[in-house]
Amino acid sequence: MSPIVSFRDVHKSFGAVPVLKGVSFEIPKGQVVALIGRSGSGKSTALRCIDRLETIDRGSITVCGHAVSDPNINLRKLRQDVGIVFQSYNLFPHLTVEQNITLAPRWVKKADRRKAHELARDVLAQVGLLEKIDAYPEQLSGGQQQRVAIARSLAMHPQVMLFDEVTSALDPELTGEVLKVIEELAKQGMTMLLVTHEMAFAARIADRIIFMHQGLIHESGSREILRSPSTPELKNFVGAGL
Amino acid sequence: MNYSFDFSFLRDYWPMLAEGLVLTVQLALMATVLGFLLGTACAVASTSRSRILRGLVGLYVEIIRNTPLLVQLFVVFFGLSSLGLKFSATTSAVIGLTINIGAYSSEIIRAGIESIHRGQVEAGDCLALSRWQVLAAIVLPTAIEKVYPALASQYVLLMLGTSIASQISAEELTAAASRIQSDTFRPFEVFLVVAALYIALSFLMRGMFWALGQFAFTRRRRLGTPL
Ligand SMILES: Nc1ncnc2c1ncn2[C@@H]1O[C@H](COP(=O)(O)OP(=O)(O)O)[C@@H](O)[C@H]1O
Ligand SMILES: [Mg+2]
Repeated sequence: MSPIVSFRDVHKSFGAVPVLKGVSFEIPKGQVVALIGRSGSGKSTALRCIDRLETIDRGSITVCGHAVSDPNINLRKLRQDVGIVFQSYNLFPHLTVEQNITLAPRWVKKADRRKAHELARDVLAQVGLLEKIDAYPEQLSGGQQQRVAIARSLAMHPQVMLFDEVTSALDPELTGEVLKVIEELAKQGMTMLLVTHEMAFAARIADRIIFMHQGLIHESGSREILRSPSTPELKNFVGAGL
Repeated sequence: MNYSFDFSFLRDYWPMLAEGLVLTVQLALMATVLGFLLGTACAVASTSRSRILRGLVGLYVEIIRNTPLLVQLFVVFFGLSSLGLKFSATTSAVIGLTINIGAYSSEIIRAGIESIHRGQVEAGDCLALSRWQVLAAIVLPTAIEKVYPALASQYVLLMLGTSIASQISAEELTAAASRIQSDTFRPFEVFLVVAALYIALSFLMRGMFWALGQFAFTRRRRLGTPL
């Protein structure tokens, strides 16, 4: 079976600054891949390229059978297959939790009101926030907002979920509830790419770790590489991180 | 100074005042609704990627903001008729006022759109919403909510500005007052009454905008946050 995400020799510059310098990797169906590395090493850029929030200069990206680097790609089809959650939750402030979740199913997938409501209940139960269905985002804590953002993505039934440092904006005591939701998704077999600074968490749930350094994959492998890194850069990074 | 007030003209002339008042309300209402639609469309165009659209809207806004309303009304009124288009004074007034308020609305709404965080649009894109859906469901509702008080004030000013339509012989409140005072030679009393009517209209409009805001912005109503 072909992988859900595949990068082949991906190059990307912002102006004259090269950010991705030939990145290749694959995420097979059902795998959890953790992308780690120093700030500025190109992790977010790589993740954003998957959903074509950034376009690449060279190489190719395939996601769920969509040729992402093709300029004629049907973006809306691609984005129905990809769920993405950012550090800043980006909930829509003027909509209730339910409306945040059902907006895309209703407008994009033309779900009727009742079906959309059921869907909202399902995904909220999944993130443990059913009782907040009628709340507005500003009435929720950061951790709860982030869980709603995850639920909102899940409501589109994506093939793959991308998480970009989703706990970095949270107080330490709130990160646990969000990580638990992600771990639960991993157990259910969701294909995921996880950019994270939570090394212990990555070591626990990731099937594969990719360490990025200066726009390249510097080292990758099973979670073992976190315990016994073979490059001095990863050793350094892990030492500083733990 | 011993001026003796005489408001007896009201007995004979109130129907004329009432007619003027009705036309003032109609002018204000139509220009508000049409100007809001025009302003929204222009604000969207001025934040679009098309340089031509942005330039056109910029030109329109600059022209309107740097010319007197009276001159704009004259240009519309005399311009249309010299093009052979026969419009009544009232229709010309609605067109002129709409063009005027559309430009101010556009600037206010554009500021609202620009204040919205890029992440909001990105979140919509990532959920596979189309560009128009993002605009309709996310960008415009939040932008308009943010600038709603500024818009409402602008529309109250517009209502007061309708008095200038008397200059192209639209028979609104101020025009009615002019005719009454030239019949009765009681200009002071006539314009005092008219001023009171404008004040009443202003307060009525503010009340209506408040009620509309409560209706339209559900979150503000439910959470009790003021606009
Ligand atoms: N939109 C952008 N415009 C210009 N430079 C950017 C942009 N986004 C990221 N960069 C630069 O690209 C590099 C990699 O950024 P990023 O992918 O965000 O790294 P990471 O997520 O690993 O911290 C950084 O040097 C950053 O300054
Ligand atoms: Mg980043």
